[in-house]
Amino acid sequence: MAELRTEEMVLNMGPQHPSTHGVLRVELVVDGEVVVDAIPHIGYLHRCFEKHAEVMSYQQIVPYCDRMDYLGSMNNDHAYVLGVEKLLNIQVPERVEYIRVIMAEFQRIASHLVSVGTYGLDIGAFTPFLFCFRDREMILDLFEMTCGARLLYNYMWPGGLSHDLPPGFVEKARAFIKHFRPAIKELNELLSYNEIFVKRTANVGVLPADIAINYGASGPTLRGSGVKWDLRKCEPYSVYDKFNWDIVVGTGEMGTLGDCWDRYMVKVWEMEQSLRIIEQALDTLPEGDVHAAIPKRVRPPVGEVYVRSESPRGELAYYIVSDGSQKPYRVKGRAPSFSNLSLLPEISRGYLIADMIAIIGSVDITLGDVDR
Amino acid sequence: MHNFITYYLGAGFWGSLVSSIIPLVFILPFALVAIWLELKISAHMQDRVGPMRTGRWHGWAQPLADVTKLIQKEDIIPAAADKALYILAPALVFVGAYAAYAAIPFSPAYIGSDINLGIFYIVAVSALVVIGILMAGWSSNNKWSLLGAMRTAAQLVSYEIPSSLAILAVVMVAGSLNLNDICAAQSGWFWNWFVFGKFPFLFITFIIYFIASLAETNRSPFDIPEAESELVAGYHTEYSGMRFAFFYLAEYANMFVVAAVAAVLFFGGWNSPFGTFLSGPVWGVFWLISKGMVLVFIQIWLRWTLPRFRVDQLMYLSWKILTPFALVNIFAVGLWVVLRG
Repeated sequence: MAELRTEEMVLNMGPQHPSTHGVLRVELVVDGEVVVDAIPHIGYLHRCFEKHAEVMSYQQIVPYCDRMDYLGSMNNDHAYVLGVEKLLNIQVPERVEYIRVIMAEFQRIASHLVSVGTYGLDIGAFTPFLFCFRDREMILDLFEMTCGARLLYNYMWPGGLSHDLPPGFVEKARAFIKHFRPAIKELNELLSYNEIFVKRTANVGVLPADIAINYGASGPTLRGSGVKWDLRKCEPYSVYDKFNWDIVVGTGEMGTLGDCWDRYMVKVWEMEQSLRIIEQALDTLPEGDVHAAIPKRVRPPVGEVYVRSESPRGELAYYIVSDGSQKPYRVKGRAPSFSNLSLLPEISRGYLIADMIAIIGSVDITLGDVDR
Repeated sequence: MHNFITYYLGAGFWGSLVSSIIPLVFILPFALVAIWLELKISAHMQDRVGPMRTGRWHGWAQPLADVTKLIQKEDIIPAAADKALYILAPALVFVGAYAAYAAIPFSPAYIGSDINLGIFYIVAVSALVVIGILMAGWSSNNKWSLLGAMRTAAQLVSYEIPSSLAILAVVMVAGSLNLNDICAAQSGWFWNWFVFGKFPFLFITFIIYFIASLAETNRSPFDIPEAESELVAGYHTEYSGMRFAFFYLAEYANMFVVAAVAAVLFFGGWNSPFGTFLSGPVWGVFWLISKGMVLVFIQIWLRWTLPRFRVDQLMYLSWKILTPFALVNIFAVGLWVVLRG
């Protein structure tokens, strides 16, 4: 019995797998059900964003930005148009920035709802997923009423917005907030504090803060490890410095600091903070013309700009180089999901396959964002 | 008169044939009804309406349409599969679920086979399902299926023990392994049911049995072998068409088996809750099936509420919580029976 040798098995998780949140392929080396190594393979959703951007005019790139992280389209656009405006050195009316922040925060809630809901699905709870989608539907209705689209908006343009807020938007947004606060409570009762859910996620996939920083993690993944870093507050852009809200970080309430439960819970708490921002923005929404500052022709002077923003998944940045023509010389997108995904092998070794699902879900990647 | 069919037709070939076909006739519509119920109940729990169009009235024909679709599907056998085992596995799973119906006393006048080891027989035959699942997982030659099968084996050794110990406690009280005798021992008003007997020990026993039975039917929160989000579809990943439908059917058949056993052991089986009111052979069928359906509803309810356990957590639950409790219960019930009868 001394030499009972077990062999490791290589298991392909994805690209066709229910819980890899898209077309991620993870090559798992498993010993029984214990994960020895996990190597993510990406590129199945590569759409040449950066190459496309070289042959498009500045305005035409906005719809491509939409498609990077398709769950956070508004946030993608927001960062990009801020960059172009910085290159052009134009000042947009305050109303535009307010509306952009409202949209970006609604998008953040919608994105977190997908993330939280599918995370429940990964753990085996089907019902919270549909509750989350019910609420997300209302946000999409708001977007549809504003710009006609429900997923990919092309709403924010360099210098302004495609449409002003339609009549009735503010009331409908307030009605949503009124509905959504109790809905978060319901979600917490049904899923977040469910005994089995906590058992499955607490103390699993523990990510210490130093490793998170070393890997360049950002967003809820970083904050789940207790690092108070949110670009909306630490390096305020747009009009985020005018609102009163808090950065939420993981507390290690249910297990170890930086476990899956913390990363999950940060997203739930962030939704409440987003509601606070939206409420204040709706209250103080200034008047103005959202089309006033839109330039007829976007032709920035020679130069380069790097803009950072906080997307639902973390630090989303664009590096835009202008050669003085109507098309950018280069646009580089720094995607949060890409850096966050690189953590995967680090935090999944030694856990079970079932935990692997919990870990992938908690890191919260969008494959569109990883591959671009 | 334990079986009116053999009473009239004799215990020979025809009597046995007809009396063994009756459960089969029951299972197919039951599975369809249960699938429809599951669709509708889950929908209403999730703020949806569920199927509404098929068959006009609340989508009642949806399961029929599903089955029709599955029959038409191509029957795919993977090239690398172990063909004989692959074909045999769904049949074995179904047989395991179906054979258990033979010993379920549907009414005082109908039980497929009135053997005096009834409950023992059901426990034994239900374990056949697991062999079928193991065969399916192994023969598919798919790593996910294999993992699902491995998990099933781990799950089997975990839940069978608390479940059997729970059954044993009831058997000690009833003094018989025959399910008809166990039912008869609970006759009268509903407070005679074993779930209220030797309070609270048999009530705890019921909870233990019910949790273990969820694991037996591979239902959430213990749907570990087929965990969709982890193992794609577990042991039946490679199956298609009617072979897949057999697994599906067996799952629902099994749900009712464990529910019926729980109804017989703890809720008086075919006894009316109100003494002699509405009792008798025909009402017996009604009572057993409705008691079973209430428990099936609870299974569905739990499935759409709870997340899934991890396989090691199931084993922890079974070995370190359910088994000790079941043992303590047996001791307490045994002491009670010896001291006070």
